[in-house]
Amino acid sequence: MTRRLHPALIAFAILVYFFLMGPLVIVIGAALSDTGYLTFPPQGLTLHWFERIFEMSAFRRTMVTSFQVAAISTGCALLIGIPAAYALNRYRVQLPGWLSTLFVLPVLIPEIVLGFSLLRSIQVGAGLPVVSTLIVGHTLLVLPYAVRVISASLASFDFTIEEAAVSLGCPPIKTFFTIVLPNVKAGVFAAIFLAFITSINDVSVALFLTGPGISTLPIQILAHVEQFFDPVIASVSVLLMVLTVIVMAGVERTLGLTFLTK
Amino acid sequence: MTRPLTLRNLTAHYGATKVLDDLSLDVGAGELVTLLGASGCGKTTTLRLVAGFLQPTAGTIHLGEIDLTRLLAHKRNIGLVFQNYALFPHLTVRDNVAFGLKQRGLSGAERGRRAGEMLDRVGLSALSGRLPGALSGGQRQRVALARALVIEPALLMFDEPLSNLDAKLRVEMRVEIRELQRANRTTAIFVTHDQEEAFSISDRVAIMEAGRIRQFDRPETLYSRPANAFVARFVGFENLIHLIVTARDAGRITAEGEGGIVMTLSEDDFGPIPDRFILATRPDGLRVSHGDHGIPARLGLRTYVGRAYNYKTETPAGQLVASGPLGQPRDGGEIVRLVPEPEQCSILVHETAS
Repeated sequence: MTRRLHPALIAFAILVYFFLMGPLVIVIGAALSDTGYLTFPPQGLTLHWFERIFEMSAFRRTMVTSFQVAAISTGCALLIGIPAAYALNRYRVQLPGWLSTLFVLPVLIPEIVLGFSLLRSIQVGAGLPVVSTLIVGHTLLVLPYAVRVISASLASFDFTIEEAAVSLGCPPIKTFFTIVLPNVKAGVFAAIFLAFITSINDVSVALFLTGPGISTLPIQILAHVEQFFDPVIASVSVLLMVLTVIVMAGVERTLGLTFLTK
Repeated sequence: MTRPLTLRNLTAHYGATKVLDDLSLDVGAGELVTLLGASGCGKTTTLRLVAGFLQPTAGTIHLGEIDLTRLLAHKRNIGLVFQNYALFPHLTVRDNVAFGLKQRGLSGAERGRRAGEMLDRVGLSALSGRLPGALSGGQRQRVALARALVIEPALLMFDEPLSNLDAKLRVEMRVEIRELQRANRTTAIFVTHDQEEAFSISDRVAIMEAGRIRQFDRPETLYSRPANAFVARFVGFENLIHLIVTARDAGRITAEGEGGIVMTLSEDDFGPIPDRFILATRPDGLRVSHGDHGIPARLGLRTYVGRAYNYKTETPAGQLVASGPLGQPRDGGEIVRLVPEPEQCSILVHETAS
């Protein structure tokens, strides 16, 4: 059965996609432009600006920092998030309802506020070095995603199979690793992807916590754009876009993107 | 090696709620005992205590000489079969069955051999490479059964294992469970709310209510000689007539009940009758008659139940359900007498409670 769609509806849908995709097309175009300034449509085609990113030590350095911070804070978020999600689901009946809210609270706090309060409390207050503060900040930032996504996959996990394993002679800790984890693998992978990309793309928290000499890639992009107007910015943005697309494709492969809207 | 299971004075709480109240139970070596009752009666709690998933607040659990009470769940060597099968979804049928053997440190070859033998016995060899998701409900329960049996447990426990299956398969599977349990002579506990299921496969059945065992007997005894009003109602004694003896004369007693009804009963038919008692019958133990003794009654709705008609009746002692022969269907509104058939009746001691 086919249904005729109203032409106005089709036009509206096209418009929405245009506004969503338009900027991305412009950025990709600008990144390829063979000019010394940002322009669209591109004049001439070159990959020169992508090379330039790696020639500039500030970009190289911040890229490394960004990846390190993302990797470590993702790891920390998993170390806290997996046991938390497990406990929240396993003992849902016994635990008070607000406890699960506690773990998604950082999402509700504006990231600016989170960044500022971390600056005041642990960087200035406790005198922690920049990278450590960034890791703490990003762990807090991505923890809600880890807990949410792993919880969603534990929600459909039948905990009686854990009892079955124990009754067959498997000690509880071993049961967690041999029975529970393999069955929520997809959720853990999705959590890794999401946490990583959230950390890599973060501006607001990092804005407060980066200091002289140490910065993350998005902050470096901001700093660069304040001084220069060359297509390097566009090409860095394209790189981040590509990374996000790869990660989302990963989530789609393991869980399906509809998983995120649950 | 088959061992008896002994529960002594088990009490258990969920928070402040007492769910098991001083429960004692003796299951003989190689015996299959069913815990039967409505949901919330404590049958599953009892099973979870024996499995080690719950700790009793008082009492002990022994399997033969071994004290299980404080033993960790994974050291109890109990084969469990769950209502929802609880197979490991990420392992193949073969690996599911071999899981317990692996925990016991058996070599890969030995595990494969034993798991293979067990799958043969439950008729699933052809499916050993499949994942549980690709099996039907009956096949899954067979895998669960194989997985519990292969570890040669000292005790087998079944938690409503058949309630997710359709009616025909349920009957097949319960026979299969009974045969495997008999063949291995493994002591077994079966939990269900289905009376027919319980009676058909058990050596003995414990009928539970509110965290206590109300009667523990052979199915035949429970069915024909319930010990109290709760069990009587549970096994289908729809008529419970409360009576008080007013006169005794050489084994013949006269008793009076609610609404001024008077009955004469002979102790030759019923055995010794206490002063206050309950006459309990199923509909087929109360015959519709046109004689001049028995409980006066007005017939109500007639229903066809195969071997007879059942009649709802109004009597001075309240509503009773009686039965009449197929040859003579009677109409509603007719005034008759209801006469108890001694061999279909049970005399119960009057309980102050309930």
